[in-house]
Amino acid sequence: MIDARPHVLHDHYDVVVAGGGPAGLGAALAAREAGAERVLVVDRETEAGGILLQCIHAGFGLHHFGEELTGPEYAQRVLEAALDGGVDVLTDAYLLDVGADRAVKLLSGEHGVATLDTRAAVLAMGARERTRSAIRIPGERPAGVFTAGLAQRLVNLHGVLPGRRVAILGSGDIGLIMARRLTLEGVEVAGVFELLPHANGLTRNVVQCLHDFDIPLHLSTTVIGIDGRDRVERVTVAPVDDHRRPLPDRAWDVACDTLLVSVGLIPENELSRQLRLRLDPVTQGPVVTSAMETSRDGVFACGNVVHIHDLVDFVSAEATLAGHHAGLFAAGRHPRADNVRLQPATNVAYCVPHTISTEREHTVYLRVRNPLERCVLRLSTPDGVVVHERKLRYVVPPEMVNLRLRPAVLADFHGDALQVEVLAR
Amino acid sequence: MTAAGHDVAIIGGGVVGCALAHELTRHRIDVTLLERATEVGFGTSKANSGIIHGGHHASPTTLKGRLEWIGNQRWGDLCDELGFGFARVGELTVALSEADLPTLDHLVEQAEAKGVPGVERWDRDRVLAAEPNLTTDVVAAVHGPTTAVINPYEACFGLAEQAVHQGLVLRTDCPVLGLARNGDTWVIRTPAGPVHARYVLNAAGVFADAVATMAGVGDFTIRPRKGEEYLLDKRLAGLVHRVIYPCPTPTTKGTLVIPTYDGTIMIGPTADLVDDPDDVTTSADGADRVLAAARRLVPGISDRDVIAQFAGVRAVLDSEDFLIGPTAAPGFVNVAGIQSPGLTAAPAIAELVVDLLRAQGLELAPAAGPAPPLPRPVHFASLPTEDQRALAERDPRYRRIVCRCEFVTEGEVLDAIDRGARTLDGLKFRTRTGMGRCQGGFCTSRCMELLAHDQGAPLSAVTKRGGGSWLVLERDEVQGPGPDTGGAP
Repeated sequence: MIDARPHVLHDHYDVVVAGGGPAGLGAALAAREAGAERVLVVDRETEAGGILLQCIHAGFGLHHFGEELTGPEYAQRVLEAALDGGVDVLTDAYLLDVGADRAVKLLSGEHGVATLDTRAAVLAMGARERTRSAIRIPGERPAGVFTAGLAQRLVNLHGVLPGRRVAILGSGDIGLIMARRLTLEGVEVAGVFELLPHANGLTRNVVQCLHDFDIPLHLSTTVIGIDGRDRVERVTVAPVDDHRRPLPDRAWDVACDTLLVSVGLIPENELSRQLRLRLDPVTQGPVVTSAMETSRDGVFACGNVVHIHDLVDFVSAEATLAGHHAGLFAAGRHPRADNVRLQPATNVAYCVPHTISTEREHTVYLRVRNPLERCVLRLSTPDGVVVHERKLRYVVPPEMVNLRLRPAVLADFHGDALQVEVLAR
Repeated sequence: MTAAGHDVAIIGGGVVGCALAHELTRHRIDVTLLERATEVGFGTSKANSGIIHGGHHASPTTLKGRLEWIGNQRWGDLCDELGFGFARVGELTVALSEADLPTLDHLVEQAEAKGVPGVERWDRDRVLAAEPNLTTDVVAAVHGPTTAVINPYEACFGLAEQAVHQGLVLRTDCPVLGLARNGDTWVIRTPAGPVHARYVLNAAGVFADAVATMAGVGDFTIRPRKGEEYLLDKRLAGLVHRVIYPCPTPTTKGTLVIPTYDGTIMIGPTADLVDDPDDVTTSADGADRVLAAARRLVPGISDRDVIAQFAGVRAVLDSEDFLIGPTAAPGFVNVAGIQSPGLTAAPAIAELVVDLLRAQGLELAPAAGPAPPLPRPVHFASLPTEDQRALAERDPRYRRIVCRCEFVTEGEVLDAIDRGARTLDGLKFRTRTGMGRCQGGFCTSRCMELLAHDQGAPLSAVTKRGGGSWLVLERDEVQGPGPDTGGAP
């Protein structure tokens, strides 16, 4: 990759971006393009690009670049674009503190402890994986229990393998990708076990990573125990009832030396909490306006720190929006306030952004709670007057729904709240 | 070592064995410690609640009751000498009904009888003013100011490190396979060959009965009693300021809500008899019970807050008291049945055993002078900005963060490796890498690299906690043909 570290750190920046993955790099470039003079991206790793760098499989970029790229290729493109656009990318650096007055303290491998201030900030810290402990799998605590992303890093960046025979809990995309990756490396994948009655990753990943390799997917099944004193020796799995409670009478043992856990991502919002941003209890990310501005003026957010995306392409779109408005804010142009709150209702887990303006065009991202076929996405007033409807062929929780909203659609709407529902037709 | 071997061999490197080693090496004698695990403190001690009990919980009529209060008074100085964290946070034993009030009275009386200062009854308003997140069901509480929190594994590392500086021969990965007398010397059989010593201290914890049996004096049985603990996310720091105890039952102090030295909240432990002294499994049922009991004290605790779980096994005798003393086998001394308040009492146990050995005829002349204190490990995150700046300026190793959740620098990791960390867990217990909310998701591979580099070995040589706890394999170690993808599109 490119050695991009700036050798001079300024005392003042127009925009500081926390995180150098696709969200942060995209936002930084957009901020520059919106007129911000000095834009600094701070990233913890020695190379910018974020988790994409360990995602050596293809399937990225179809929407954003119109061609299929690997993760590192996608990262390379957004990094080069940011650098060409005049963004400073400081890697091997860690944001220690972002004060309410936007005084920034950081620790850098090159510069040591440094303090600077910024007019605007963009939070793009990404997400972390839920762990075995977070879902409280009982049993022993041997070596050999990895989150799928850590296993991916060990295999793809360090060139080692997590074990000889692997069970995977959770059918999230990283787990599916790792099932294929490990199979290709000669590791036996004993099966993928999913608590929910449906796969939790993209359909294309279920097909390309499991079906094509004859890896069994056990739905409505979970791991209820881990055995092995020093190293995993077996896991116990059991089907679950309609309330997702395990049925131990029907449990069986799966011999394996490794358990990969792929049970979802959690937005990495420690900095957001430090800034006392308003958080959405469902997304666990900040509440944002249609300009991707958080509850604190001049603090913007984008990417997985706001909500977990299935595709990096949509992260890039969101990043452009956040960076653009951060750049404008730094130039003293505060985005016009939104006038409509979006309220997730029937079968909608959440909507991002949380508010919109009837005067601008928006893309609203939402995630459903349950799968439905032949359904309709409906916007209505809180007292039930339908404002807009769009037919959908199917919805599933792992696939985000994008709703393009043009001002014309809301021309006759004058309220301050809209319910968002996805209903059977 | 003299020609005849060591003066004293300690079997077991938990907090008791480490305290014995530390106390004995203050004298001019030759001491060895045999620990079956790869590092000290890796057995029951690492799963201890980390509370230095106030001194008033156990009855003065018991040995553990007498040693509890003496031990409590030793820890402050030990922590100064050994450079690990210690905070006298105090405690509240909480009554949730009128029926609990006699228990509170009993605790106050016991404190008076034992001379534990400052233990007093607080009324409901005072309790809730001091701990606003406690349940409003609280009727009254007893406040004890002498209770403290430490990290039990840090205590083990510190005690052992200082003892090694003072001449301790530390043998890890060294399980005891057999014991025999040869003249007036014990011969301890280990996988690494025989170890000779005049005196043997049996501090083998849950295996003390088995070790006593090897010495021919197996006249007691250890009943393993498991305790599960659950660690909560750091954002709950400050939820409680003192250790919160429910009113105790005859066998357990109950499920506590503990503000650990590191600022996280820990809840537990359970108290369940188990058959296997190595049974450190956690259970769905245990989690439910701990959460329910903790919520009775602090209703704001949620199961979503749990970031880690673990269990340890207490070594319990039918007497429910410590068993410390010589046996029918000459020179073989039991230091057994050290259940709660064993961590608290450990320094007092060590002093008692030194007196016992002296009475047995072991000459114990004090060492030339007091050992110089161990340097306190750097804890970058808690330094003031100016000190961080100066340290990062001086030493670039402190400019790089390895563990983002607990904010641990590479310098701290390398320091820990220099001071004896050999495994991923050893690193975790010394520096908190991987102990935070991501549970090592981000830092594990870097920690493995640093350990492997130090050991001049590949990543696949690094273990979680020694023995068979390997973490990864080299590609060529994974046998078997690749998949048949001929039919795939």
